Amino acid sequence: MSSTTIESAGSSTPSRTLRNAVIRFAGNSQDGIQSIGGFLARLAGRTAQEVMTYMTIPSTISGGPSIFQVHIGSGQVLTSGDEADVLVAFYQHSYDGHISSLRDGGICLYDSTPTSMERDAVVNLKHERGIKHIGIPFTSATVEAVGGSPRDRGKNMFVMGLICAVFNLDREKLVGIIARQFGKKDEQVLRNAMLAFDAGYAYQVGDLDKFFFEHGEAEAGHRISTDGNQMLTLGLLAAGVRYGAAYPITPWSTIMETLRTELPKYGGIYVQAEDELAAVSLTIGAAFAGHLAVTGSSGPGLSLKMEALSYASMAELPLIVINVQRGGPSTGLPTSVEQSDLMQAIYGSHGDCPRIVLAPQDVEDCFYIALEAGKLARKYSCPVIILSDQALSSRIEAFHEPDVDMHWVEPGLNLTPKDADFKPYPLERNTHHAAPGTKMLGGKYPVVTGLEHDEWGHPSGSPKMHSAMTNKRRRKLLDAAAEIHAPKVHGDQEGDVLLVGWGSTYGPIRESTDRLRAEGYKAGHLHLRHIHPLPDGIQPVLNHYKHIIVVEMNDYGAYGYGQLAMLLRARFCNPAIRSVCKTDGLAFRIKDIVTGVEKHLAGGA
Amino acid sequence: MSTESNVLTAASADAAAPAPAAPAPAAPVADKLTKKALTADHPTWCPGCGDFAVLNIFYRVLEKLQYPHENIVCVAGIGCSSRFPYFMNTHGIHFIHGRALPLATGVSLSRPDLHVFVFGGDGDGFSIGGNHLNHAARKNVKLTYIIMDNFVYGLTKKQTSPTSPIGFKSKTDPTGAIDRPINPMRQLLASGATFIARTHAAQVKHMEAMFERAIKHDGFSVVECLSECVMFYASAFDDSTPRKGGVFETIDEAQHDVTDETAAFKMAENLTPGKFGVYYQVNRPTKNALEQKWIDDTQSKMNGMTPKDVLKKRLETMR
Repeated sequence: MSSTTIESAGSSTPSRTLRNAVIRFAGNSQDGIQSIGGFLARLAGRTAQEVMTYMTIPSTISGGPSIFQVHIGSGQVLTSGDEADVLVAFYQHSYDGHISSLRDGGICLYDSTPTSMERDAVVNLKHERGIKHIGIPFTSATVEAVGGSPRDRGKNMFVMGLICAVFNLDREKLVGIIARQFGKKDEQVLRNAMLAFDAGYAYQVGDLDKFFFEHGEAEAGHRISTDGNQMLTLGLLAAGVRYGAAYPITPWSTIMETLRTELPKYGGIYVQAEDELAAVSLTIGAAFAGHLAVTGSSGPGLSLKMEALSYASMAELPLIVINVQRGGPSTGLPTSVEQSDLMQAIYGSHGDCPRIVLAPQDVEDCFYIALEAGKLARKYSCPVIILSDQALSSRIEAFHEPDVDMHWVEPGLNLTPKDADFKPYPLERNTHHAAPGTKMLGGKYPVVTGLEHDEWGHPSGSPKMHSAMTNKRRRKLLDAAAEIHAPKVHGDQEGDVLLVGWGSTYGPIRESTDRLRAEGYKAGHLHLRHIHPLPDGIQPVLNHYKHIIVVEMNDYGAYGYGQLAMLLRARFCNPAIRSVCKTDGLAFRIKDIVTGVEKHLAGGA
Repeated sequence: MSTESNVLTAASADAAAPAPAAPAPAAPVADKLTKKALTADHPTWCPGCGDFAVLNIFYRVLEKLQYPHENIVCVAGIGCSSRFPYFMNTHGIHFIHGRALPLATGVSLSRPDLHVFVFGGDGDGFSIGGNHLNHAARKNVKLTYIIMDNFVYGLTKKQTSPTSPIGFKSKTDPTGAIDRPINPMRQLLASGATFIARTHAAQVKHMEAMFERAIKHDGFSVVECLSECVMFYASAFDDSTPRKGGVFETIDEAQHDVTDETAAFKMAENLTPGKFGVYYQVNRPTKNALEQKWIDDTQSKMNGMTPKDVLKKRLETMR
């Protein structure tokens, strides 16, 4: 683990080999620290290393404290790291705010530019916990190299060069990535960036070891590194989605922005609607017209879509809805992570309106979950909601490039003429509407409706018909539950405790499970990608453990259980199901989970 | 100001279809589209409702235009008039309250081969769906919207509507409505609609002419059709019904330039009884055409790359 990789520098050999390291860059949101993180993450992807990033941005237009944390390693990297091995502090407030996240014996690189030039140069260093402080004049050295005033950007590139030298990163590859990024702008920008980079690279750090990362084992095929929103978008394109509409909201917006510019290449159209209600309505229009379409939003926006989602269940139209969750309720914490829209996703809306809810577990999975959502929406003609979250939307991971040929779904429009016996809403089969443009050979044309209806789509208030149709719509969920597979349990297949999770907490829960096993517990991890319906076959899994702890980023609620825990208790009537919840807007750390679980195992809480 | 120049015949309907290859606009079919073929269930409207006339005239206009039966789509929201799709034997969709226009936008943009008609009332169009009306108009989405305006909420049994005149007594305004009514023509003008007309359900010849011109307009066309609710506001349009002693004053297009927005605003000043006819009509590129142009321009720069290649290339840049 990261906490044992770097020992306090200066104590032994001048260079050491690392399996992995956590580097936290702390500065302001306009310092370009996200760029550093992005470059490092991409580099890791290209050097057969694993990477996971974590970032926070202030919920303001510009300025404000911001961090970017990169966990790079040659072994498995499942989290962005509990604590940092190296802290790079740009300001006094960055230092004060994040020195506690640096592990004992870690290294702090800080901007030591003389105060006459930079008001915030770090002072008052805390010489404790074996932390090694190394002052480097980021600001003045950058100004020296590039020229201009200290307010000019460029110190991020100086730091990039510094990190490249300290960690012996593949300079050639890194420069290639930087050139591709800045080369798009203009020559002057790239020239300045490289001047700053070279100055950082050449800077004599002095009393600090050089580190070398172990080479990762090269695997077959290419690896790519990107974030969750990007992979969801590409998954939608591969799934044959060509139409949709949305309204901007953080952290969903980047998906709609990309679709808006990408779709014309695919012959499709993405509309920025006047509001969330128009967005989902427009998407249902495209679905009625015979296409698989997508809309998306974040928490409050999903609430606004609820009436139309109820319609899509009743009218039985296929639809993909993405909810990139953020902290709630209301406008809540727009730039923080939370998993508190689960109940809304499953039960929001009026009436009994079945829908399918899926949750990707990491960035790579975003691609495949979009494909699966498309498949399920088409098959069952109902809304499929994908619950991503803020952390997943922006964090960068490296993984195997998906095989497009294998997964590509060619979009099609089915206008096969229908016979006289065509029923738009058959009780015995899945509904597949006749899209407009379809000839009705019997001469009778169908109406798609949100009123309760009979098999021919005629409005019907008959008690018998409403029961029959409600059964029919519910049955889709039962069929889907039988079709999807229960996930495999990681770790011990029976024993003391089963950790259950969903969504972006996959990595921290898995590492926690391994930690618990290392401590001698018999522990397993079950991660649910299909949340509603739950796949058949989960019940026997639960029976193999004394304690079942659901780990999720939402509140304990009135009865002491998080949202998924509540659902599992209702579903399985199992008193062994308990919760470890958290609502501070930050991703789970391993120690949060391990401590919470141990408390339950000890009979407390 | 010519209306004939923007006539959109079935054969010349929007040019190229976007991928996924929507079928090319179908030419008129051999089977004649008759009122009989277009008739579905008997309407559930109250006897004497103005909406019957709207339905009959719509049949007649479709008979005249002879679009392929399967390419006609009727869309509606919620309300008495919004039951329209059930009474038309065409592909139809009965959607939620106020959102028929964005739904129809989705149909129109994703399927240029279809003829999209939207039906609704004053509550659906001007109140709950008011914002959508502004935006469908400004986007100039290719579709025709017929608003059956009866100045009252009928389906929910007499509440005040956004077009109810001040003083109208309803269950929600027992001492008379106090809010200033919407002026549909002015609102539509301000929103940027490219075809705006007003007609009257009791004047079937006029209604037929308005529907036909609206449908042939290449862009967002709206017809406000005064349609009396015999149950809850029977006297609403007496002032414009000659049979009941009113005056039905039509626009003389020799005197009114339909492309003159200021003149149209001026003419729209008088809410009731007001003038009937085309207030405004201009040609502006439709959203459908502009989006298609973006698609065509983008694809022409792709040197024959298929969408699958585009995705592969994008993934390559992430290596």
